Amino acid sequence: MAIKTKRSTKIAVTCLGWGIALWLFFPIFWMILTGFKSEVQAVSTPPKLIFAPTLSSYAEVFERASYWHFTFNTVIISVGATVGALLLAIPAAYSMAFMPSKRTRGTLLWMLSTRMLPPVGVLVPIYLLARSTHLLDTCTGLAIVNMLTNLPIIVWMLFTFFREVPAPILEAGRMDGATRWQEMTMVLLPLALPGIASTALLSLILCWNEAFWSLNLTSSNAAPLTAFIASFSSPEGLFFGKLSAASTLAVAPILVLGWISQKQLVRGLTFGAVK
Amino acid sequence: MATLELKSLRKTYLTEEIIKGISLSIEDREFVVFVGPSGCGKSTLLRMIAGLEDITSGDLLIDGQRVNDVEPGKRGLAMVFQSYALYPHMDVYKNMEFGLKLAGVPEKERSEKIQHVAATLQLEPYLHHKPGQLSGGQRQRVAIGRAIVRNPKVFLFDEPLSNLDAALRGQMRVELSALHRKLNATTIYVTHDQVEAMTMADKIVVLQKGVVEQIGSPLELYHHPRNLFVAKFIGSPPMNFFSAIFQNGGHDGSSVQLRDGTLLHVPVSPPDILPGTKITVGIRPEHVELAPASDDSGVVEVIERLGAITLVHVRCADGQIIVVQTDGFTTLEVDTPVSLKLPPQHCHLFAPDGLAFEACRRHPLAA
Ligand SMILES: Nc1ncnc2c1ncn2[C@@H]1O[C@H](COP(=O)(O)OP(=O)(O)OP(=O)(O)O)[C@@H](O)[C@H]1O
Ligand SMILES: [Mg+2]
Repeated sequence: MAIKTKRSTKIAVTCLGWGIALWLFFPIFWMILTGFKSEVQAVSTPPKLIFAPTLSSYAEVFERASYWHFTFNTVIISVGATVGALLLAIPAAYSMAFMPSKRTRGTLLWMLSTRMLPPVGVLVPIYLLARSTHLLDTCTGLAIVNMLTNLPIIVWMLFTFFREVPAPILEAGRMDGATRWQEMTMVLLPLALPGIASTALLSLILCWNEAFWSLNLTSSNAAPLTAFIASFSSPEGLFFGKLSAASTLAVAPILVLGWISQKQLVRGLTFGAVK
Repeated sequence: MATLELKSLRKTYLTEEIIKGISLSIEDREFVVFVGPSGCGKSTLLRMIAGLEDITSGDLLIDGQRVNDVEPGKRGLAMVFQSYALYPHMDVYKNMEFGLKLAGVPEKERSEKIQHVAATLQLEPYLHHKPGQLSGGQRQRVAIGRAIVRNPKVFLFDEPLSNLDAALRGQMRVELSALHRKLNATTIYVTHDQVEAMTMADKIVVLQKGVVEQIGSPLELYHHPRNLFVAKFIGSPPMNFFSAIFQNGGHDGSSVQLRDGTLLHVPVSPPDILPGTKITVGIRPEHVELAPASDDSGVVEVIERLGAITLVHVRCADGQIIVVQTDGFTTLEVDTPVSLKLPPQHCHLFAPDGLAFEACRRHPLAA
């Protein structure tokens, strides 16, 4: 094994990295570009890279739908679902990480397995439940559904982060007279804060981008940004310019948030494997 | 004021019994050391006393009060962990303040107490450092400070020095002993380090596989080990053992025949065993005497010079190795023939069940 990576290998890896990144980013890039085209330019073949940018699509989008209404809904739903999920998941992960029983591992795996179920499989029961509890087309209803679908991942992530906190530190807290609650809030939470932050971030992103339940459980009142995008794709045929403009508007906030918190996110997604 | 009383404490994890009925009483201001091989349950027992592990059965009494179901923070104990377990997100001051704060001590009093402890432990320059910025020895001091500042009835230590290098360990050992004399608090100290156990303890509890093998003062364990296990465990380098045949014995001593035919009259009285029984003789390296070879009874195989002392490994005629400790000036060399003298008053005899023969006279320092 060579201790120093060879220069050529380094260059190759760098190129590969950039290649994959560009490949992944291209659709987003194209979407943003298309948003600044007129409808005619948007569908022209061959596609144009150089064109006179126009804001006409954006103007129409703003005219036709209330962007701020949808954004407000998305923020309420995402934040609500995330806060709710954390409130439930933190105590759960705490007990699983520090007071495990024989069934802890199994429970965790089972929770995660519920994520593998296709959501459409439970569409009808959830729809009926939401209807009978008058939660259809409400932010509360969608926040609850989002919270519950993300809960397994959030518990799992927090569990992994909490397990990195050495148990003796919590025990020292208990010896110092802390109750379980104080031990959790005054010792564990400050130590696991970076992990909790990246978990919250991931949850926000998942909620922000969630489309299936948004489309099925809301119509107008509580419709979030994903419904906003969809409203530009169906009724009167495809208008790529407007669709792209709407999509750009919808993903922009979360994209910016993700960009700002890149470091946190990477740490979160590698599940604490990188120390 | 604090006395502890352990009444047949037991601990079972799932199906495995780890602590198998330990009874022990600890006097006020006593320094008690738990020793034993790795995995024997020292930490588990300490954690049961601390309240960090449930007690499966038996009673734990502190000052006569049963505390089995009392929360750890309410037992009046403080613990120093092997890994120090400082709160990484708090500076030294806050680490020491945490317990006081939870106990509702007013701010001014907290500050006074912390300043006082910091002065005692020479921690003043570091009060506003985070644990991550401290050396191992300093962290150790903070952990001790955090325990002292709450003025607990009992101190619990779980191998507190094992993460320090040898020099620092020696220094901290002396400091801890001095601190104990100053604070005069009941202390339970877990270690597997012989020297720590021998030098610090008023009373040593030797554990093996969840049972107590012997309880006694350091010199009691050294001079009068109750059984083979304690004899092997206490003392460094460890005691030499070889087999012999029990001849006869009474109140004034026992006669045994060694394998080379030598008869030895040891001042210990035998249990109820038959002449001709095969028993074990033990003698510490520091008690074996080397003599110039009068016959071919042994050959020097290895010499370890430690400066002040020399360890001579002698291969006997029957192939067994006996370690002898002599002074640092011996001119012996490898392959020299030597003969060994075993002063009978220093020999220990062990019956086939491992129990030691009772000494006819107790050692004056281990009465
Ligand atoms: N949470 C647990 N679950 C199951 N078994 C355990 C648990 N904690 C400890 N044990 C077992 O209990 C036994 C005693 O452990 P303990 O930590 O008390 O040993 P120790 O004497 O402190 O050893 P060391 O000197 O290595 O620290 C070991 O065999 C260990 O495997
Ligand atoms: Mg231990």
